[in-house]
Amino acid sequence: MSLRIVVAVKYVPDATGDRHFADDLTTDRDAVDGLLSELDEYAVEQALQIADAADEAEITVLTVGPADAKDALRKALSMGADKAIHVEDDALHGTDVFGTSLVLAKAIERAGYDMVVTGMASTDGTAGVVPALIAERLGIPQVTLLSEVAVADGKVTGRRDGDAASEQLEASLPALVSVTDQSGEARYPSFKGIMAAKKKPVEALGLSDLGIEEDQVGLGGAWTAVQEATARPPRTAGQIVKDEGEGGKQLAAFLAEQKFI
Amino acid sequence: MAEVLVLVDHVDGAVRKPTLELLTLARRIGDPVAVHLGPGADAAAAVLAEHGALRVLTADAPEFTDYLVVPKVDALQAAAAAVSPAAVLVASSAEGKEVAARLALRLGSGLITDATDVVAGDDGPVATQSAFAAAFTTKSRVSRGVPVITVKPNSAPVEPAPAAGTVEPLAVTFGELATGTKVVARTPRQSTGRPELTEAAIVVSGGRGVNGAENFSVIEELADSLGAAVGASRAAVDAGWYPHTNQVGQTGKSVSPQLYIANGISGAIQHRAGMQTSKTIVAVNKDAEAPIFDLVDYGVVGDLFQVVPQLTEEVKARKG
Repeated sequence: MSLRIVVAVKYVPDATGDRHFADDLTTDRDAVDGLLSELDEYAVEQALQIADAADEAEITVLTVGPADAKDALRKALSMGADKAIHVEDDALHGTDVFGTSLVLAKAIERAGYDMVVTGMASTDGTAGVVPALIAERLGIPQVTLLSEVAVADGKVTGRRDGDAASEQLEASLPALVSVTDQSGEARYPSFKGIMAAKKKPVEALGLSDLGIEEDQVGLGGAWTAVQEATARPPRTAGQIVKDEGEGGKQLAAFLAEQKFI
Repeated sequence: MAEVLVLVDHVDGAVRKPTLELLTLARRIGDPVAVHLGPGADAAAAVLAEHGALRVLTADAPEFTDYLVVPKVDALQAAAAAVSPAAVLVASSAEGKEVAARLALRLGSGLITDATDVVAGDDGPVATQSAFAAAFTTKSRVSRGVPVITVKPNSAPVEPAPAAGTVEPLAVTFGELATGTKVVARTPRQSTGRPELTEAAIVVSGGRGVNGAENFSVIEELADSLGAAVGASRAAVDAGWYPHTNQVGQTGKSVSPQLYIANGISGAIQHRAGMQTSKTIVAVNKDAEAPIFDLVDYGVVGDLFQVVPQLTEEVKARKG
């Protein structure tokens, strides 16, 4: 039987750009170019490896975002995913983690799945809670923050490296898996992969296709309100010395003056 | 005053420092009620009472240790139903954030993650967060339901504030999903004897400039002289010189110590995202153009293998 894997990915503002907030205190997506979240590349990679190890598997890559978010889907398709779903709707602007997880869960259910794979967090919001929220909404086990993952005999197993311990985890499918940047380098799309991606199907969905009301998402549907966002004041220029043989002692004097020693 | 639930982060009853910080914050917005799940409640209760917990709700069951995340959500949901709290505070660990998120969804409540401060406001608690690699600071509040807030370590002082700490059993009914994710094996991390990275008041980090696993002893010796935790940049971790558990940055740990000392770290955005909220930042790097120098309170342009051992000796001498 075919293993149906849905990989949820996010199109994010490039972290190396000058990211900031728009007037409505949502992420200003026009300010900086977007791309497939680096942490989601690891999810696509692990899905590809799981699919390779399975008898038969199909990978659907899913994103929620504006028109440009298709770029993230194309990247995943060029890496080797089979097809894509793009949920795009003007009403989604300003959606919080609850709205996002609702849209993702509905789209995942609609697509059909045995396994959902995600990155550990997005590189813009960085909360890292959407995977757990998808699992809660779908009513399936969450096996999150894995640095190693394998699927066999209807079970997913993996290793989660925590602060206090390293844990070996196990859950029955269907399940949600999130992977860390320690799970293995993501492959670069080949020229052949890039060409093939252009022919792969991308299904476009709106909120109405998923039975979601506009007031469940967007800024109006958010359960948390950002009241103000202020740019961090530039640090006042620190003192910089060149080591002429006494650099360590000078630094020690600074630390002593600051009462750290 | 309204009660505020605090989920206790502990290892077999040894309460971790971020939980004591949560109790300080909880007192600003209400009466702290601690929720201790799993073994060791007796030992924990005394410490929790000492730091302001009026009540300590306890539940122990194999589910809390043998399965991940969901059993704690079931328990906190039961506690929320029993207490009708004004807010729920959870430490911003990986599991803490997942527990908080699922609880918030079940309660139909808004969620704030990685808060660096929480104060009382007219319409409920107001939390401070940093965004976009700490380039921005935001203030947010929950606009629906019981505010569920996860707080980063080092966001509040630990203060003794003796309270009753009355221990009360909490009845928990586990849902079907509670046993969905089984922990089949657990290997405790070997203690280095150094403070936990995310909780440490001082962090000493090494990067590409350390140039080899064997050279990290230079970083460790400085850390030990200061009683600090050791961090590493992604470059150093990817090169295999230091464990991933010590990685500071966007894909590693986010730290916010009183003092951060970056050695041989250029200061790429990935790293800055994880340390920019440190109170005092110091860097040693031989490249005067390294972007890390834009962030520092004090920087030394020089060879870390000259500067750091000299600093270590000086720290030891000054500490006598």
